[in-house]
Amino acid sequence: MAEAAALKRTPLHAVHRSLGAKMVDFGGWDMPVQYSGLLDEHHVVRRAAGLFDVSHMGEIEIRGREAARLTDAVTTNAVAKLKIGQAHYSGLLYEHGGFVDDILVHKVADDHFFLCVNASNQEKDFEHIRAANHYDAQVEFASDRYAQLAIQGPKALAILQKLTPVDLGAIRYYWFTDGTVSGTPARIARTGYTGEDGFEIYVAPAEAARLWNEILEAGREFGIKPCGLGARNTLRLEATMALYGHEIHASISPLEANLGWIVKIDKGEFTGRAALQKQKASGLRRKLVGFEMRGRGIGRDGYEVRIDGVPSGWVTSGSPAPSLNKNIGLCYLPIEQAHTGRAIEVMVRNQPVEALTVETPFYKRVNPS
Amino acid sequence: MTYPDDRRYTKEHEWVRVEGDIGTVGITDHAQHELGDIVYVDTPKIGARVDQGKSLGSVESVKAVSEIYSPVSGEVTEVNGILAQSPEKLNQDPHGAAWLVKIRLSAAAEITNLMSAADYQSYVGAES
Repeated sequence: MAEAAALKRTPLHAVHRSLGAKMVDFGGWDMPVQYSGLLDEHHVVRRAAGLFDVSHMGEIEIRGREAARLTDAVTTNAVAKLKIGQAHYSGLLYEHGGFVDDILVHKVADDHFFLCVNASNQEKDFEHIRAANHYDAQVEFASDRYAQLAIQGPKALAILQKLTPVDLGAIRYYWFTDGTVSGTPARIARTGYTGEDGFEIYVAPAEAARLWNEILEAGREFGIKPCGLGARNTLRLEATMALYGHEIHASISPLEANLGWIVKIDKGEFTGRAALQKQKASGLRRKLVGFEMRGRGIGRDGYEVRIDGVPSGWVTSGSPAPSLNKNIGLCYLPIEQAHTGRAIEVMVRNQPVEALTVETPFYKRVNPS
Repeated sequence: MTYPDDRRYTKEHEWVRVEGDIGTVGITDHAQHELGDIVYVDTPKIGARVDQGKSLGSVESVKAVSEIYSPVSGEVTEVNGILAQSPEKLNQDPHGAAWLVKIRLSAAAEITNLMSAADYQSYVGAES
C-alpha cells in the first residue's frame, strides 16, 4: 500500500515479516509490535531472554579535539566523569529547560563520543547539536551506519557469550566494549530498556540479519524469543524508564520528570542550565509520580487525573504490568500532591476510577548484575 | 483463517449470527489478533438498546482500548459472563465461546448491510 511504502524500514524488516510479526507505524517506522504475543514476550524477557530490533534508534558521533566540550555543552550529565568505554544516560535540553531528547552518551575515546538517540528525534537532535557546535569538533549523523539489536534478560549474557570472544562478564552495567559478534565488528554495551540485564549491540546494517538469526539460534537452548515494541513498552514502564513523547518532551524539564540525577548543575555551563537553576530556586510546580489502579480500568496516556474531584494532572503512560499483576502508570501531579500513598482518580472514558500513588520503580530485578 | 459462513461481518470487525430474532454478536479473529492480549471487555447491560454502527462497548488489550460497534440494532438480551472473568478467552475463541452479547433484533433487514464470510475474508486480506 502507498501509505506503508512511505514508512521507514530497518535492515531487519524482511526478517520480521518472515517471522510473522505484527507490524505497526511507530513514529514513521514500520516496526514489529509483537511476534508470539506481547505478554509472552514480556515474560520471556523477565525469565530468559528476548531479542529486539531497535535499529530505528539514531546514532550521532561527535569527534575532534573539543568533542568532550561540545558534548558537555549540549547535555545535562557530566561528560568529564565518563571514562573511555563508559556510557551514561543524559538529556539534550532547550534553553528553557525542556527536553529535545533523552539520550545515551558513550565515550569511545577522549576525542570521540557516540550518542544513541530516539528514532523520531534523530534529525532534530543532530541539528540541535550542530547549531551549538562552536568548538573544534565534528558532528556526524551516523544512523545509516548502524543497526542496533538489544538482547535482554537473565540469559542474555550466556547467549551472547557463545558468539563473541569478548569477556561479557567483565563489561559492567553502563559500560561497553568494541569487539566482534559472530565475526563482525560490534559495539557491545551493557545497557537496555527493560529493567533486566542485557546488551545493546551496534553493528553494520548489512550484518544485522545474519546476527539476528545467529543470536536466535544461539539462544534457542535458553528459550530466547524475538520481541516487539509492545513488550519493550511494558518492560520499560515496569522498570520506570522514561519514554520521549510521554514522560518527557519539550515542555517537561528533567527535574519534573524525576531525572534530577542526570542533571549535573555544578559541572559548568550547558544548554538549559539557567532555566533549571531557576526552577530549582523557585521550586517545581509539578512532578512525575507512579500510580497503581485500585478500581477496574487502565489509566492510559493522556487521561486526566483528579484529586478530590478536581482536575489535577495527566497520565503519561499506563498499562497492565504483566510481571506485577496490576495496572500501573505514571502521571504528572502538582508538586504538593506528588507524594506516594495519595488517593487519586483516573478518568477512564469519562468515569473516575480509583488509583493510588506508589513508589517507583514498580519493578526491580532480583538478580542485579 | 477461515471465517464461518453462518454469520455476517462488519468493516469494524464484528460478527453477528442470527437465529430467529436473536443475533449473537462477537469480534472476529482478525480483530482479536490486531488487538493483542485482551485484558478487559466492557459490554452493555441486559436490556440496553443498541443501534447498528453505534458503540456496543469496548475491548481493552495490553496496548490499547478499542470501541466495539454493534452490527445490528435491538435490545441486549444476554451478556457473555465468561468474559468478565477470563477476557483472554476472546483471544482464544472469538468466533465461538467468547461471543459478547445476544441482541433481540429490531430491524432484521439491517443484516443485508453486512458482509458475507467470503467478502469479509477478502476485506481483511486486502487490509493486511
